[in-house]
Amino acid sequence: MNRVKLTRNQKKIQKIMKKAERQQKKMHRSAFSRLMTQGRSNRSTAGSITLLFFLFLLALLMLFPVVFMVSNAFKPINELFIFPPRLFVINPTLDNFHDLSELLADSLVPFSRYVFNTLFIVVLGSVGHILLSCMAAFPLAKFRFPGSKLLSSLVLMSLMFSTAVTAVPNYVIMSYLGLVDSYWAVILPAFSMSLGLFLMKNFMEQVPTALIDAASIDGATYFGMLWRVVMPAVKPAWITLFIVSFQSLWGATGGNFIYTENIKPLPAMLSQLSGSGVARSGVVAAISLLMFTVPVVLFVISQSNVLETMATSGIKE
Amino acid sequence: MTDLKKRSVTPFQYGVKQAKKYRQLYVMMLPYMIFFCAFTIIPVFISIFFSFTQFNVLQPPAFIGLNNYIRLFLDDPIFAKAVKNTLILAVITGPFGYLFSFLMAWMLCELPPKLRALLTVIFYAPSISGNAYVIFTQLFSGDAYGFINSRLLNMGLITAPILWLRDEKYMMTIVILVSLWMSLGVGFLSFIAGLQGVEKAQYEAAEVDGVKNRWQELWYITLPNMVPQLLFGAVMAVTNSLAVADVTVALNGFPSTNYATHTIINHLNDYGIIRLDMGYACAIAVILFFLMLFINKAVQRVLGKVGT
Repeated sequence: MNRVKLTRNQKKIQKIMKKAERQQKKMHRSAFSRLMTQGRSNRSTAGSITLLFFLFLLALLMLFPVVFMVSNAFKPINELFIFPPRLFVINPTLDNFHDLSELLADSLVPFSRYVFNTLFIVVLGSVGHILLSCMAAFPLAKFRFPGSKLLSSLVLMSLMFSTAVTAVPNYVIMSYLGLVDSYWAVILPAFSMSLGLFLMKNFMEQVPTALIDAASIDGATYFGMLWRVVMPAVKPAWITLFIVSFQSLWGATGGNFIYTENIKPLPAMLSQLSGSGVARSGVVAAISLLMFTVPVVLFVISQSNVLETMATSGIKE
Repeated sequence: MTDLKKRSVTPFQYGVKQAKKYRQLYVMMLPYMIFFCAFTIIPVFISIFFSFTQFNVLQPPAFIGLNNYIRLFLDDPIFAKAVKNTLILAVITGPFGYLFSFLMAWMLCELPPKLRALLTVIFYAPSISGNAYVIFTQLFSGDAYGFINSRLLNMGLITAPILWLRDEKYMMTIVILVSLWMSLGVGFLSFIAGLQGVEKAQYEAAEVDGVKNRWQELWYITLPNMVPQLLFGAVMAVTNSLAVADVTVALNGFPSTNYATHTIINHLNDYGIIRLDMGYACAIAVILFFLMLFINKAVQRVLGKVGT
């Protein structure tokens, strides 16, 4: 009995001594290597530097096409067709953006109309998606009732195939409902994107059940619990759902559904313009930049909320 | 005995009772479920139904049994090519994109928060905006004014411009490159968030217990903690890598030269949108549906074993 205790103590002492040794080593490290290793003794400075260098190279590679796109938008027309083409712009101008506004002021359907169409689709689609997903996610996240498991697994399963699979029947259903060639053909399917419900449900599972029980004792209805207790607690998740549905709707051309020029969204106009040949290259570069910038800026603003939601995005068996 | 049986409720009766108790919740889920059924669940069944018919939207569908499938497998060499292309793309961009996402996320998490946030945006940006990949048509443009061609010409490595996007030899490689460029998507974010969620105490304990370097830490602590995120990332990677279609149209045109980068979804759109042979298009969709489900389930099973 006594001997066992002794060895345990000895082990503990050994551990403490080892730790002290490491601490001492850490003290000897320069400020630079403390920064590189975040003060962890099982990190080597050389390793951290290699890693950083590698990351830096990859970031450059990933950025390269983006930089090319950005600088294209500011190139005057003679620089767009210079030989050899240059990555960076020499004499940056706003000509392309100017041309864009001029071209669109003259066109049959004004530019503002395309912007409105896209914003209408994006805003309505996202708001509906967030509302409906919250209402569906709350029961699935917090209650066990007949069918709850089945519904959850259906949603998970629908993450496993892409929407291309259902494209043909969707068209048939849309034309049956008389929604072809209207905003709704793009907006309504966005309401039920399963990724949103999945993320929302996982995030709601974290909300302490005690909060909900307390509301229930106070006599709140299920709707009351959702509105007053759960919704304020899952703010990061609705921001994330907005970002997710924004990203998918922002790029929507409405290709197969919308034929009337008046209600076509921005990306549809972009692809028409890029089909109109070399003369419009500058304008196309300008629009591409606009289309790219908006979602990136939105993501930058909401990054911490999105990551907070993503922390619960895992699939539990 | 019979008394007891009478008094105890059957599972069905219990279910009905529970359903009544929670009926408000069903009402709450109803709006979402209506749309979910109308645009996701029912279309799957309609697809399966149409796949046994000949249907051109104008006339009512006519039942033709397995003919569509027979035609697909025995009489459509382009479909065979599309399956081959899709699988090549998926086998390369799926696993590599997945590993790439994870490694990137893991390396980013070793960095201080500010730098991490910046690099996250840089890596995630390509997949955010729907059609940023169009820029590659200029980088790999086939004339001497293309960025890559002009550099290679100037360096004297080639004597004539290469038709990167029209020559069968290069098309697939470029589509793979672009897909990898865009592979850091939602799964990547999930990894970053998951990595930050691993308790610091576990790492500290590991440090004391003699985990010597970051590789051991990754294997013994990080990965077992990340299984749910790894599974989620895998679903995203598998589904996306099998659904490549817009990229090939933007880069290689439609149809691509000699169908060198024709994918299953390209084929589906060809019949569904252009030729209006809906029954045939649905047969393609059904095959793609089961292919995606099967590969996803298989990958989930394998990944479920990580750290156990």
